Amino acid sequence: MNTLAQRSPSQTHRTLTSDDIEALAVGAWILGTGGGGDPYQKLLNMRLLYEAGRQVTLMDPLMLDDNALVAVLSNMGAPLVGQERLSDPEFALKPLRMMEEYLGRKFDAVMALEIGGGNGVHPMMVAALTGYPVVDADTMGRAYPEAQMTSVAVAGLRCYPLTMADIRDNEVIIPRAASWRWMERISRKACTEIGSVAATCKAPRSGAEVKQHGVLYSVSKAISLGTNVLKARAEHSDPIEAVLSSTKGMRLFDGKVVDIERRTTEGFLRGQTRIEGLDGFAGKELLVHFQNEFSVAYLDGEPIVMTPDLICLLDTVSGDGIGTDALRFGQRVSVLALPAPAVFLSEKGIAAVGPRAFGFDLEFKSVFEESNT
Amino acid sequence: MKRIGIDVGGTNTDAALLDGDKVIAAVKTFTTADVTSGVRTALKEVIAQAGDAARDVVAVMIGTTHFTNAVVERRNLGRAAAIRVSLPASASLVPFCDWPKDLAAKVNGGVYLVEGGHEYDGRPLFPMDEQAIARAARQIAKDGVKAVAISATFSPLTASCEERAAEIVRNEAPGVHVTMSSTLGRIGLLERENVALMNASLIGLAQETTQAFVDAVADSGLGAQLFITQNDGTVVRADAAREYPVFSFASGPTNSMRGAALLAGVENAMVCDVGGTTADIGCLINGFPREANNVVEVGGVRTLFRMPDLLSIAVGGGTKIGRDPVTVGPESVGYRLGQEALVFGGSQITATDIAVAAGLMTLGDPSKVAGLPADFVKAALARIHGSIAESVDRMKTDATEVPLLAVGGGAMLIPQAVPGISEVIQVEHSGVANAVGAAMAQISGETDRIYRDMDRDDAIEEARKAAIASAIAAGADEKTIKVIDIEDLPLSYLPGRAIRTRVRVVGEAAALTQEVPA
Repeated sequence: MNTLAQRSPSQTHRTLTSDDIEALAVGAWILGTGGGGDPYQKLLNMRLLYEAGRQVTLMDPLMLDDNALVAVLSNMGAPLVGQERLSDPEFALKPLRMMEEYLGRKFDAVMALEIGGGNGVHPMMVAALTGYPVVDADTMGRAYPEAQMTSVAVAGLRCYPLTMADIRDNEVIIPRAASWRWMERISRKACTEIGSVAATCKAPRSGAEVKQHGVLYSVSKAISLGTNVLKARAEHSDPIEAVLSSTKGMRLFDGKVVDIERRTTEGFLRGQTRIEGLDGFAGKELLVHFQNEFSVAYLDGEPIVMTPDLICLLDTVSGDGIGTDALRFGQRVSVLALPAPAVFLSEKGIAAVGPRAFGFDLEFKSVFEESNT
Repeated sequence: MKRIGIDVGGTNTDAALLDGDKVIAAVKTFTTADVTSGVRTALKEVIAQAGDAARDVVAVMIGTTHFTNAVVERRNLGRAAAIRVSLPASASLVPFCDWPKDLAAKVNGGVYLVEGGHEYDGRPLFPMDEQAIARAARQIAKDGVKAVAISATFSPLTASCEERAAEIVRNEAPGVHVTMSSTLGRIGLLERENVALMNASLIGLAQETTQAFVDAVADSGLGAQLFITQNDGTVVRADAAREYPVFSFASGPTNSMRGAALLAGVENAMVCDVGGTTADIGCLINGFPREANNVVEVGGVRTLFRMPDLLSIAVGGGTKIGRDPVTVGPESVGYRLGQEALVFGGSQITATDIAVAAGLMTLGDPSKVAGLPADFVKAALARIHGSIAESVDRMKTDATEVPLLAVGGGAMLIPQAVPGISEVIQVEHSGVANAVGAAMAQISGETDRIYRDMDRDDAIEEARKAAIASAIAAGADEKTIKVIDIEDLPLSYLPGRAIRTRVRVVGEAAALTQEVPA
């Protein structure tokens, strides 16, 4: 674990290079477990911003003053919609400005709601436009579809206010909500109304809250994961092995996508995919359910891996993440499990993001527990 | 049933006459700068070689890398304007924003962002600004740009914005060819728009080329129907191909791989097809090329449509070899091999010269390469071998040893032993495997419809029947038809439950002797 003592002052703030941003996109997409949106468009925006001379500073979370004010940013909605309504930095910035106006105070830094998928890159666009540093942390350590599925919600921190904007002239402020679940329900309705995609600024966090309850150093982790995968590709070694070795993950299945069923409901992309085993898994079948992200997988009818363990479907050859919206018949995929952030393995954590939170009547059992016994 | 397959590569134009699965005649000729005269020559030669057997040829199938090469080499491309109906969304990532700069500079015929488009649930995103589209169309015509690609938010689900915009453009600028993104690609605005823009930039070339092919077949005296092969190894009638050149992008390598499978009698293998300009490496599964997952780059541009998973490297018979230090490519003499290679009396050392000097083949005048030092020939050959072996390994997905089918005019450049490969099979007639693959290409049928108040399985079944009917109408034998692709997209806004289903099927050509309905 990184601590202040181990880091020199120059490392507490570091300017991200364009290579870091490229690696972040690869790593975040893998950690997205199929959701959080494909980072490509945000990466493209970042390339254009860097070409225009903008850049981003990554900040050690432990350097935050207790009273610092941190904007928690994300794009919410169905990934499918993001493939058609392309991401735009100005659109991402709107809710932050709304929140500053509402609070009558400027932010000190920004951070990602979730490091998974495009949302891991999302605050970078805002940072590039504003010059605010990005805190090396998020509140999920991956991607999840709903507001109560964060480390700060599990910790019981305040869930409001929230600002939301769309590409038209619509702005929504939710000054107060009774609970994280209510915040999710209300904001999801508003999001659906404006086309199932919205830029948001979630309940602002103090520096003390981030330090105590954030999933720390997740940005660095995604960058290093991405760097390893890119390196494996360049060296023609196996990128899947690179993911496993840099995450302590486990290979669960290799196969070919033979069926996908999807429906877009209430701003979520729900469905399931069937994967027919290949090579060592020939004759077996994996059924993977998703709600934006992959939630539970059944091997020949038996549940073998479930949230909060991370279920990653990667392109067998390139090691690239595959979004739940981009699954296609004939794809060759490797299915991996990566360990969940510790915060979600607590009783409260399981209640918020375990299989029951996604409608599966299953007792959570980690694939990693099984392998340790 | 007899068919002629012709493959127009960057360097060679090959033709093969097949009776069923049997190769009756095969010829190899040079591709010409105008493409057509090479096709005419190949056709004439293969007919002459077959003699009387050529009389009852019923179909000519042409595959060409002409369109891909145009993009890769940035040649013969027309300017294409982009009209994107998406504002106020998607403003920062404009059309061409993710294209290589040199290619964009050549193709970009103006970018017009317009208010409009749809939501995923069918509601308008914003009222479409028809005036802006009309203004854009007039400007495009004024600029002398001949083709436009129209894209709109969620057009694969709701094509009405693109259709209305196309109508406006046709009214305001009747001479401008329109490509609608919804006819080409799937969900993914940027990538779908890229495919449409590429199609638009190729439309002039496609119309010219297809017409030239039609004329060449008509003039051959065969009375055969002309089909053009597509990326997935199937064929469509020439008139359908001329509107959608992007669907013929990868037909060369696909034909080659399918032809190799037939000629070698092996259905699961790696394939290395060494042509004049590049070596294409792919993986055959059950006789068909493995498909690429998701996005495929063409000439450095991200696209999203069905393409075989291929790795192309700059190693071919025409690849230029440097002497001091020893270098292999990436430049190639291309279709000028017959003039520029040493063995043909030219002054450029090519991979072909190395192969002749190493005794791997006899071609041209071997005395012209007798003066090349042995250690230089050895070093150049080692580099070529190393580069092919590494690429084959990259395309393998597991450690199991599989055969490698060596095909193409430059197949002799493939090493005899490759790590991870059980055996290297030099396929008979390998020089014309692509033409054989073209000749054996199957006929496809497709449907793309919206079904209401129906279970998903029932909708797919209905779509399957419709796709089969279209394949039969195009000349496929009903008994041999199988489904190769099913895609369904959710449509939650229409009354009742609605599902958009696309199904694609293929079948062997039935006796093509009877007239095929248009």
